[in-house]
Amino acid sequence: MSTTTSSKKAMATTGKRTETLEQAVIRFAGDSGDGMQLVGTQFTTASAVIGNDVSTFPDYPAEIRAPAGTLGGVSGFQINFGSRAVYTPGDTVDALVAMNPAALKVCLKDLAPGGVLVVNSDEFTQMNLAKARYETNPLETDELDKYRVYKVPITSQTLLAVKETGLNQKAAERCKNFYALGVVYWLFDRPLDVTIRWIDSKFAKVPAVAEANRRALQAGYNYGETAEIFSVRYRVGKAPLKPGRYRNVTGNQAAALGFVAAAKLAGKPLFYGSYPITPASEILHELTIYKNFDVRTFQAEDEIAAYAAVLGAAYAGCIGVTGTSGPGLALKQEGIGLGIMTELPTVIVDVQRGGPSTGLPTKTEQSDLWQAMLGRNGDCPAPVLAASSPADCFWAAMEAVRIAVKYMTPVFLLSDGYLSQGSEPWRIPNLDELAPIKVEHPTDPADFAPYRRDANGSRPWAIPGTPGLQHRVGGLEKLDVAGTVSYDPANHQRMTELRAGKVENIAAEIPPQEVYGDEAGGALLLVSWGGSFGAVRSAVERAREDGQDVSHVHLRWLNPTPRNLGEILSRFRTVVVCEMNMGQLQMLLRARYLVDAYGLHKVRGRPFMVSDIRAKIDEVLGGR
Amino acid sequence: MTTMADHPVLTIKDYKSDQDVRWCPGCGDFSILTAIQKCLAARQVPKEKVVCVSGIGCSSRFPYYMDTYGIHSIHGRAPAVATGVKLAKPELEVWVITGDGDALSIGGNHFLHAIRRNIGLKIVLFNNRIYALTKGQVSPTSEQGKRTKSTPYGSIENPVHSIAVALGAEITFAARAIYNDPKMLQEILERAANHKGTAFVEVYQDCAVYNHEAFSYLTDRQTRDDNILYLEHGKPMIFGKNRDKGIRLVGMDTQVVTLGQGVSEKDLLVHDEHCESPTLAFQLARMAYPRFPTPLGVFRDIEKPSYEAMLFDQIKATTAKLGPGDLNKLFASGDTWVVE
Repeated sequence: MSTTTSSKKAMATTGKRTETLEQAVIRFAGDSGDGMQLVGTQFTTASAVIGNDVSTFPDYPAEIRAPAGTLGGVSGFQINFGSRAVYTPGDTVDALVAMNPAALKVCLKDLAPGGVLVVNSDEFTQMNLAKARYETNPLETDELDKYRVYKVPITSQTLLAVKETGLNQKAAERCKNFYALGVVYWLFDRPLDVTIRWIDSKFAKVPAVAEANRRALQAGYNYGETAEIFSVRYRVGKAPLKPGRYRNVTGNQAAALGFVAAAKLAGKPLFYGSYPITPASEILHELTIYKNFDVRTFQAEDEIAAYAAVLGAAYAGCIGVTGTSGPGLALKQEGIGLGIMTELPTVIVDVQRGGPSTGLPTKTEQSDLWQAMLGRNGDCPAPVLAASSPADCFWAAMEAVRIAVKYMTPVFLLSDGYLSQGSEPWRIPNLDELAPIKVEHPTDPADFAPYRRDANGSRPWAIPGTPGLQHRVGGLEKLDVAGTVSYDPANHQRMTELRAGKVENIAAEIPPQEVYGDEAGGALLLVSWGGSFGAVRSAVERAREDGQDVSHVHLRWLNPTPRNLGEILSRFRTVVVCEMNMGQLQMLLRARYLVDAYGLHKVRGRPFMVSDIRAKIDEVLGGR
Repeated sequence: MTTMADHPVLTIKDYKSDQDVRWCPGCGDFSILTAIQKCLAARQVPKEKVVCVSGIGCSSRFPYYMDTYGIHSIHGRAPAVATGVKLAKPELEVWVITGDGDALSIGGNHFLHAIRRNIGLKIVLFNNRIYALTKGQVSPTSEQGKRTKSTPYGSIENPVHSIAVALGAEITFAARAIYNDPKMLQEILERAANHKGTAFVEVYQDCAVYNHEAFSYLTDRQTRDDNILYLEHGKPMIFGKNRDKGIRLVGMDTQVVTLGQGVSEKDLLVHDEHCESPTLAFQLARMAYPRFPTPLGVFRDIEKPSYEAMLFDQIKATTAKLGPGDLNKLFASGDTWVVE
């Protein structure tokens, strides 16, 4: 917890002290059936509504329901909230809510020394301790001495609080997550009204459940207020956010909204073909709701069919999008090659996860860059861009569609497990902030040729149903302009160059690369892409506050890269590429710019910690 | 009001592209190409309303020879590509042109799922029982014992019956024709084209180079009448040069019988294309040379809602309920707050 002021002013009503914090990280952890994701989301919304900047990250097991109470079944939700810009879900936890011994055991290593620990003391039974492989009860030893431990009998207090609602024992116990949330709301001085409204609307059809959850929430809050155990509560003020209306979005939600918006702006139906895969499935779930936007979702029989259908839909004039993750992308690549050969506009969202093979399905990584860049047979270049934060997935999705239709090409949008599941406030744009997406379908048969290119190098998007423009596309090499099958060697050379040139042309409309820090150069430049933005920016921001000579370049476009990138890289004595893989962008930058770039590579299934980056900065610059 | 002058009569020539057809001389594909062009001309389908989607293989060059829209896609994936076309523009007539390797081996999954969805695709499978484009390997429809480049000691695999597979996925229209009977082929293609939902037509086709005369028992004047059972709805199953043989059901199995020796027409199976249960069609689909005559004609023709009809019904119903999509409303849904 970064404390700016510690107000010793006693609160008149309770006699409890309030500390004002610049930023704090809290994690709710419990069994996967305990509703931790739900209260985490509620805490996020409540924090955002009172003006904090927030960043969240859920952490749940790959198994749907591991045996209750076991280490494998622990589900967590972490929120970083602050009165300054928050870029990551936080390295270490300042306050941990542990609903059972297993949650404590799994999460304690992330709790900062001196941190707040709220435990549900009712669940520390012999049986639960054994399931969590505790030989002795940590609440009765000195193991937790370096934390501020609050033992709250959450289960029994919840049962008492909801007794009069008439719910059976099991249903009543299920309200304990709201009791815990109430305690934390008191501890961090959050209003209850947002959550109460949510409960009322969510459980409108089961008033007893709504009543019970409301009572549990209020009882938890009251416990904080009246019980003797808490001597201090914390306040985190408003962050300087851009004015406007906000909502909280995960990366997958934001991507879905971006695609709907892009299709609407283009005046075309959106066709989303996908096969369920973690962590990309929510994009399908989200889009399938928006049928009144003429969104056509198609859950295909496999990954290959998903992209194949998207390509067919694009040929017939839809905005074609598919979403997947690493193993699924591997299956789609032959189809994407066909997309590049037929020069049809499609977007492939790859929500990267830990690999290779099935790897770590619920964990994050950035190790599909090479797959997106290089993973197809033949010389088969495609534009590649990456979103930098959950909310940025909206803008990146729109940009991917705009480039796809303008340049008649498949476009890769790289997201990752962290961005997709993490959330942050998204400033809702006014429609006039959204640049129109221009789509033209030729209708005049005079002078039509399926591979005649415009100034961008794009071929015309003539769609079936248009009289006189019948033409055939396919995987065989096509004759320049005429588009008939051609085995001519010189033509193949020319077409290969035209396809590559078209992708290179996109560089003309990518904004020049910005440098955070010293445009003129300096001792150290950190380069990041995709979901590593937050950790690197936080670290560089703080390092610069500490006077270190370090700057940051975050790449949105990986292919093509901004025109001035090589020039920027040459102005720094040391360049370090920070990425959650073993050096994929590092190698591309070395190859493209002959720059002696070093790498910071972490593949631990979780986003970079700010401290990882700061340690690297210190290592290169020789310490603070 | 449109007049005839606005829509000149389309002839078979109108559906031909300017590309030279490059199949080998004597290839059975030529007659299928002509039959599909005739089927379109007979129904006066505007050229721009037709999309031919193929996979990989000799037959899959088909779209290049048609002056319609077309996609020569990748191996096995044509039904999936065509699904996207159909869902983008359901008013189009979408033909899937595929072969025995393309549809039943590498593309088996897509074949199965297009059929179970009952999406409005017309799938024409050119079955020559061989991998021809790759110069002569065993295919999933090659007979057991078949010697090919990849099975020099004879194939040890069981062949798949494509119509049986299609029936397993509850196909709503399944038929079989043969390349050397263009009249019947065209009739069947027309029925397939007019069918709502997935229509599947298997066409036996001779590969003149790698599997020549694989179907001679069905094409040879001497033997064909004894080996073909023409399926006619509502008619007893009679076949043979002298129309003296028939098919009857004994227990759960079909049996070839000779009429007159204590067996009369009324003992025979009567064909029913519209039977709700696929059992009869399945029995027919498994009848194979030399034990049985090969059924040609329509195995099954039933009505079920198509995938695209149901999809657009959902879109229509949702739009009626919620109103047409409004981005402002969409963006601001859920919990929102204002930062001053």
